[in-house]
Amino acid sequence: MAYSDKVLDHYENPRNVGSFGKEEEGVATGMVGAPACGDVMKLQIKVGKDGVIEDAKFKTYGCGSAIASSSLVTEWVKGKTIDQALDIKNTQIAEELALPPVKIHCSILAEDAIKAAVADYRKKHPA
Amino acid sequence: MLKFPIYLDYSATTPVDPRVAAKMIPWLTEHFGNPASRSHAYGWEAEQAVEEAREQVAALVGADAKEIVWTSGATESNNLAIKGAAHFYQGKGKHVITVKTEHKAVLDTVRELEREGFEATYLDVQENGLIDLEVLKAAIRPDTILVSVMFVNNEVGVVQPIAEIGEICRSKGIVFHVDAAQATGKVAIDLGSLKVDLMSFSAHKTYGPKGVGALYVRRKPRVRLEAQMHGGGHERGMRSGTLATHQIVGMGEAFRLAREEMAGENERILRLRDKLMNGLTGIEATYVNGDLEHRVPHNLNISFAYVEGESLIMAIKDIAVSSGSACTSASLEPSYVLRALGRNDELAHSSIRFSIGRFTTEEEVDFTIDLLRNKIGKLRELSPLWEMYKEGIDLDTVQWAAH
Repeated sequence: MAYSDKVLDHYENPRNVGSFGKEEEGVATGMVGAPACGDVMKLQIKVGKDGVIEDAKFKTYGCGSAIASSSLVTEWVKGKTIDQALDIKNTQIAEELALPPVKIHCSILAEDAIKAAVADYRKKHPA
Repeated sequence: MLKFPIYLDYSATTPVDPRVAAKMIPWLTEHFGNPASRSHAYGWEAEQAVEEAREQVAALVGADAKEIVWTSGATESNNLAIKGAAHFYQGKGKHVITVKTEHKAVLDTVRELEREGFEATYLDVQENGLIDLEVLKAAIRPDTILVSVMFVNNEVGVVQPIAEIGEICRSKGIVFHVDAAQATGKVAIDLGSLKVDLMSFSAHKTYGPKGVGALYVRRKPRVRLEAQMHGGGHERGMRSGTLATHQIVGMGEAFRLAREEMAGENERILRLRDKLMNGLTGIEATYVNGDLEHRVPHNLNISFAYVEGESLIMAIKDIAVSSGSACTSASLEPSYVLRALGRNDELAHSSIRFSIGRFTTEEEVDFTIDLLRNKIGKLRELSPLWEMYKEGIDLDTVQWAAH
C-alpha cells in the first residue's frame, strides 16, 4: 500500500492521542466502527460554554489511513463550533490526505465519528 | 552490523547458499550440455551431474535415486502427484482426501479434480493445527483413492503425523501423497520406513535455487502416475522437458548440505526461536498459533491482540516477515490457515509469521524483540480496544456501530 506523505506523517506522529476524563465538563464521545471490520475510531471533543470545541482527542484501531483520518479530524475540529464541525465532509478528509480509493471508507468513518461525538454532546446538553 | 530489513521470512524462500551457487555456475557456462544428449561428452558429463544430484536428493530422504523425478518446484510436484495419481487410479474410485490447512498448490489442484468430476473431503484440523487421525479414518470411503497431507505447515510450522497416516492409507490400499516443501532440512525424513507413496520437494526452501524441485515416486510397492507434461519422454515418461542441469546440481548440493548440517543447524535455530518466543510472549495479550511440541524449530507464529494487522505491518517495516493476512489491493483477507485453527478474523489479521534460518543471528533476534515491544506498545496506546480491555470491558458484549 503506497501512502501519501501526509498519511505517513499522521501515522508516525499522530496528533492529540488520548482520552479525556469521563467526568470532565463539556466532554462528549463518538465511537464508530467495529473490530470485525478492522476499524474502530473513538473521537472525543471538549466543548466550551460558548459552544466552541476547545480540545479534541482520539484513539483508533485500524490501518494507517484510519489513524491518519482521525488524527487529522482532531486538528480540524478544534476552534470550530459544533455546527461548523458537522460541515467537515469525508471528501475533504480524503482529499487532504490523498487517500487511495480503497481507503475512502476511513474518511467516511472519521466523518461519522464527528457526527457521533456531536450527537453525544447534544444528548448530554439538550438545547 | 545489521542489514535492513532483517530477513525473517525463510519459510517464503531462502537465499541460495554461496556453496550451492558456486557449484551451479560451471554448469551454465562450461558444462552446458543437454543431459539427454547421448552422442558426445557434453551430454555425458551433464547426465552424470544430474544423476549425482539425484543420489544427493534421495539420500536426504532415505529414498532410492530411481524414485526421484525432477520438476520445476513443489507446485509442479504437487500437481503431478495429485492429478497424476487421481487420473491413473480413477477406475478404482473418484474420492480424494486432503486438509483445510494445505498449501494452495494442493488445495487448488484438488479443486481442479472436483471440476473434473472427482469428489473431495477437506479435513478440519484441531486447534493446535494437527489433524485428528480418527477424523481421517472416518473420512475414508470405499472409493477413496488418494490422501494428500503436508509434512510441515508453511504458516504455523506444525508437523503432521505422517508415519501414522501412512499406516492407515497403506492398510486400505490408498495412495498417500505428502507435500514436504517445508520439511527438508528441518525434520528427519526416512522414506525407507514411512509408508508414503508420493512426496513433493522444493529446492528454494532449503538454500537451493528457485525453479527446481522433485517428486518422489515409490517403486516398491509401485505407484503409477499419468504424466501431466508430454514431450520427449524424459524422467521415464513422467515429466518431459530438458533437464535444467545447473538447477538440479544446485538442488543436489543444497540437499547434501542439509543432510550434513541439519542436526547442528536445527539446534542453533531452536535456541534463537525460543529466545524470540520468550521475548515476544512477554508482551501482554499475545498468542502463539499452532502446536509447540510437534513443530519445526524455524517457525514462530504469533497473534498480537488489540492492534490492527495493516498498521502492524507498517510499524515493523524494518523486518521482513509474513502477515496473517493476504494483503490484496482492496482489503485484508485473514489467513485461511489461522481461521482453520479457530482464530477469529481480528487475531488472524494481527498475526505475524517469523521464520528463522541458516543466516539468522542473535543480534537480529534481539533487534526484533525490541522492535515488536516498542511498536506494539505504541499501537496499543492508540487503540481504543486496548483501552477498553484494560478497563475490563468484554469486547464481545459491546454493541458496535456497524458501517
